[in-house]
Amino acid sequence: MAEAAGVPAESLAGCRARAARTVLDQVVLPGEELLLPDQEDGDGPGGAGERPLRLNAAARSRGRVVCGPGLRRCGDRLLVTNGSGGGVYWVDSQQKRYVPVKGDHVIGIVTAKSGDIFKVDVGGSEPASLSYLAFEGATKRNRPNVQVGDLIYGQFVVANKDMEPEMVCIDSCGRANGMGVIGQDGLLFKVTLGLIRKLLAPDCEILQEVGKLYPLEIVFGMNGRIWVKAKTIQQTLILANILEACEHMTADQRKQIFSRLAES
Amino acid sequence: MFQVRKPRPREGRSLTQGHTAGRQQRLNSHTGPSDSRAYGFDLISDPELGFEAQQVQKPRAGRAFGSAAQPWNVAAVWVQEAEAQKWAFLDSSVEAWVGHMETGEPAGKEEPDSPNPPLISAGVAEKSRERLIRNTCEAVVLGALHPRTSITVVLQVVSDAGSLLACCLNAACMALVDAGVPMRALFCGVTCALDSDGTLMLDPTAKQEKEARAVLTFALDSVERKLLMSTTKGLYSDTELQQCLAAAQTASTHVFRFYRESLQRRYSKS
Repeated sequence: MAEAAGVPAESLAGCRARAARTVLDQVVLPGEELLLPDQEDGDGPGGAGERPLRLNAAARSRGRVVCGPGLRRCGDRLLVTNGSGGGVYWVDSQQKRYVPVKGDHVIGIVTAKSGDIFKVDVGGSEPASLSYLAFEGATKRNRPNVQVGDLIYGQFVVANKDMEPEMVCIDSCGRANGMGVIGQDGLLFKVTLGLIRKLLAPDCEILQEVGKLYPLEIVFGMNGRIWVKAKTIQQTLILANILEACEHMTADQRKQIFSRLAES
Repeated sequence: MFQVRKPRPREGRSLTQGHTAGRQQRLNSHTGPSDSRAYGFDLISDPELGFEAQQVQKPRAGRAFGSAAQPWNVAAVWVQEAEAQKWAFLDSSVEAWVGHMETGEPAGKEEPDSPNPPLISAGVAEKSRERLIRNTCEAVVLGALHPRTSITVVLQVVSDAGSLLACCLNAACMALVDAGVPMRALFCGVTCALDSDGTLMLDPTAKQEKEARAVLTFALDSVERKLLMSTTKGLYSDTELQQCLAAAQTASTHVFRFYRESLQRRYSKS
């Protein structure tokens, strides 16, 4: 998450491009320009803008820069497109609206069955299509048991702005690997995308603490959806409330709540 | 809700070049309309800037409704809730929501479970305002990243006490940033009024607008303070236009600084 940092007042002429490295962990706004790392040794602020980007071997040896979400390449600069920070630079922003990305694992709701494909609502602007053969062990004779209204956990194989997104429930080896229809009961709820990324980060303690509270099954979709199931309905609701509230709580408040629940 | 007093002129730099003192009225600070308490704001005050601001932090869930702005390239229609941003100048306040639309239903169909009546913009003035805001947004939003999608910005006027169009522009910009719509720059709206003896006033009240001989509204972008949109009403000379534009560019610096501060505050809380 971006932290608040003191930002000097902008001159009337507009903000000069800053080196991308210096704005790590700071809030950036749309329209700001950032310099790529190999442009940093330019002579003065005006120099970098005039030097064209050279994609020859010499420039490349300094490392490639990959533009992640929120950044666009504009000539030889990176342009920030979303508000709110190796070689990969991206802008982390709080969003509720999901845009399908290839390779993302998401939870979708089957909305229609038409011929050989299912239409699955993944929270984007278009429903994704899911072929009935894209399940483990599915053949033309042996169709998967999927009804309208079922929850599906799958990943995108085609997801760009020009085409309808397509998802599958098998990986490249043909195995399900946890994907497929999500079982009965449980509760599906929606959170912001930022919270999902936070929970799925490798060093996140929230999940471990939650796991110690009650035995549970949980599925995270990168589209902001979480499916949770515990032994009783009450426990399920408690878990759902905790996860939703996690976004706005500090670590101490969270520990307090967990300890209070563990006692009762 | 964000209430603005006009920015004080900086030392050695006159906002209205060549005019005599006493030109700018200092408005008394308002506490805002009483219904603002129901929204639960944070009061942020910065006496140095001359601004008092409040901003809605929590998004509002579960709102789905028809739109006051026309969808652009509609191939797809589906209303989705989004974040609400509230912006107020003096006593004008506007709430803005951004939603995406998707195919299937005709544009403008109201959601059956919406608690609000569908928003209908009745008159020509509203339509004209919609078009101005829409053109400004179109210039700034990267629509190429979302083909076959319409992005809907809904603006709800809570109270109108002058400078309404500028207020709407600011609210729309903040709503777009909050919703994560990719943009190439931020934009802001500034209103100038010229009265009969040539005095320039920024962010006029409704009364000042009525008595002014010309009212000019500009939309400026954040990268180089370039002019994105201008709409003017009344009689003014070429020099006066340039002066108003220069004053608006100076004022926009304050607005953009406010954007930055409130976004920083917002992201640091989460």
